[in-house]
Amino acid sequence: MSKMRNNEVVEKKDIDLSQYKVEKVPEYISEVDIKKLPEVEKSILLHAGVDLENDKADTFLMKNQTVVHKATRQSGVELLDTNEALAKYPELKKLHWKLIDPNTDKYTKFVYDNPESGYFIRVKKGTKAIFPIQSCLFLETPSVVQNVHNLIILEENSSVEILTGCTSKELGKDGGAHLGITEIYIGKNASLTYSMVHNWHESVRVRSRTAIYVEENGTFISNYVLLKKVKDIQMNPIAYLKGRAARARFNSILLSYPGSFIDVGSRVVLDAPDTSSEIISRVVNKGGKVIARGLISGNVSGVKGHLECQGLILEDGGEIYTIPQLNGLSPDIMLSHEAAVGKIAREEVEYLMARGINETDAVGLIIRGFLYEGLENFPNVLKQEIDRISDELGAKGY
Amino acid sequence: MLEIKNLSIAIDGKEILHNINLRIENGKVVILFGPNGSGKTSLLMAIIGLGNYKITSGKIIFKDRDITNLPTHERIKLGIGVMFQRPPTIKGVNIRDIAKFLGNYNEEEFRSLAKLLKVEHLLERSINMGFSGGEIKRTELLQLLLQKPDLSLIDEPESGVDVENINLVGEAIKKLLEKTYTAYSNNLPMKDHHKKRKSSGLIITHTGLILEHIPADEGLVLVEGKIVCKGNPYEIFDTVKNKGFNECLKCAIMK
Repeated sequence: MSKMRNNEVVEKKDIDLSQYKVEKVPEYISEVDIKKLPEVEKSILLHAGVDLENDKADTFLMKNQTVVHKATRQSGVELLDTNEALAKYPELKKLHWKLIDPNTDKYTKFVYDNPESGYFIRVKKGTKAIFPIQSCLFLETPSVVQNVHNLIILEENSSVEILTGCTSKELGKDGGAHLGITEIYIGKNASLTYSMVHNWHESVRVRSRTAIYVEENGTFISNYVLLKKVKDIQMNPIAYLKGRAARARFNSILLSYPGSFIDVGSRVVLDAPDTSSEIISRVVNKGGKVIARGLISGNVSGVKGHLECQGLILEDGGEIYTIPQLNGLSPDIMLSHEAAVGKIAREEVEYLMARGINETDAVGLIIRGFLYEGLENFPNVLKQEIDRISDELGAKGY
Repeated sequence: MLEIKNLSIAIDGKEILHNINLRIENGKVVILFGPNGSGKTSLLMAIIGLGNYKITSGKIIFKDRDITNLPTHERIKLGIGVMFQRPPTIKGVNIRDIAKFLGNYNEEEFRSLAKLLKVEHLLERSINMGFSGGEIKRTELLQLLLQKPDLSLIDEPESGVDVENINLVGEAIKKLLEKTYTAYSNNLPMKDHHKKRKSSGLIITHTGLILEHIPADEGLVLVEGKIVCKGNPYEIFDTVKNKGFNECLKCAIMK
């Protein structure tokens, strides 16, 4: 634990994909009544932030490789399965596999070479969607690899919140793999809040590849929450701010448990004047290993970026390795980063106890404060689950 | 209200408070004087059970109950409040988050106290983060006024506070200890108020300035972990101001 690491030799976990079964994507979509899903599944989905009882939100549910439900409810919002959308609108092929190169790595290539499925969301020009679009990617069967490919398009002057819950059943020791490709296009003056909860079974392995293209004065806000134990996960989404005054913000909350290997980061390329970004991450480590990355590249003059990573280690045996990176390619830019890793201060707990708060509640309060501090406009639906887990962590002491 | 009997405590095997005896009657305010490092704050922390020390002998009795081995939050629940001299910063936790645990008050009371203490602009901020000396004291006092403890332990209320703030801090402590006329319940005659008043205080002061604001009943001097003098607080303060703590040692009433 005490040995220093060289940046170049950061451990990478390899997944042998041949151990997982690739399912076919069925030609016909079998619609299921989601209100009749077994309670246990509903509860799993709810913990991933997806409320199937919400009949105002557009809703999408995919199990393994099969889209089992989609409901479009708001005008100006189009929600299809990606394969269906590509067949219906051949011009989408220009956007499909454009932001992400299939040869990026073996996982990306695997999705490219095998059957894939996912959601297609288009928000029409000028549409300000009041309700969120909620989607759930559900891994249901052991030993299966889920190949996901999502495509999101926000046309000019539109705005929406998309909530994606990625979750799985108890998959036993065989586990499963989730390979996710997501390409997002944000048009002029459009704004997307993209919130994602990962709530996997502890045997699941995840490789997620996301790229976002933002045009003039567009906004991309990502809220990412990893709350439950996962076997290993690696993702490092990248936002290209291509139009003047485009903005990107990545908020991440990561909880790590013994046995987990988490390698999560965010990257922003500030590629047009007046673009700006913030990358904020909070890591609470109860064990396992977390690599928290961040990269902001200031390519042209007149751009601003700030990167912040704070880690809290609750128990011996946990490890947090932060890699904040700034890349300046022009003199007239403002890029900064700060990173801090530590434990809960005894005196903070004692101060709260001196207000009549018991130790469990005091630790829960401090963890929650740590997670939320500096995170603007974090969605309430995600907060409920985070609050519950903070209380649980408090109850286990520190 | 509070009785400490023959209390000795040690940190890392080294005794830092020796055989402390102290009694605070209902409604009384006791001032604890002493030079830096004499153990004043340690004594306060021992009363609420905080800190990395061990009780080697003695007892702490609060409202006729032995609280020597109670967990801190339970002692607080019995009616003890603490104003810290240097409270920690807690990121992402604000006064409202803490106030939820402080017991019975309504929103109106919360707002009017926050206004009185001029801390309205601090309510949603991480507690103590970037607060000035005066702001720290005022937010501490807001918490105590909401908590309404029967015994307030107040550590150096004047430290780091500018002249403008000291009056406000003094007024708030008077209110907390039911020493202001407006705090008197039901416009009772003074004699009845005195009988009814329960709020008691133990105030640590290094400079003694707070005495200009709070009518105190008794003074104690703590030097090198021992109580060396007990008497009229104004007289003690006057002596210390003019001749220093050594004079108290010479006097040594407690020998």
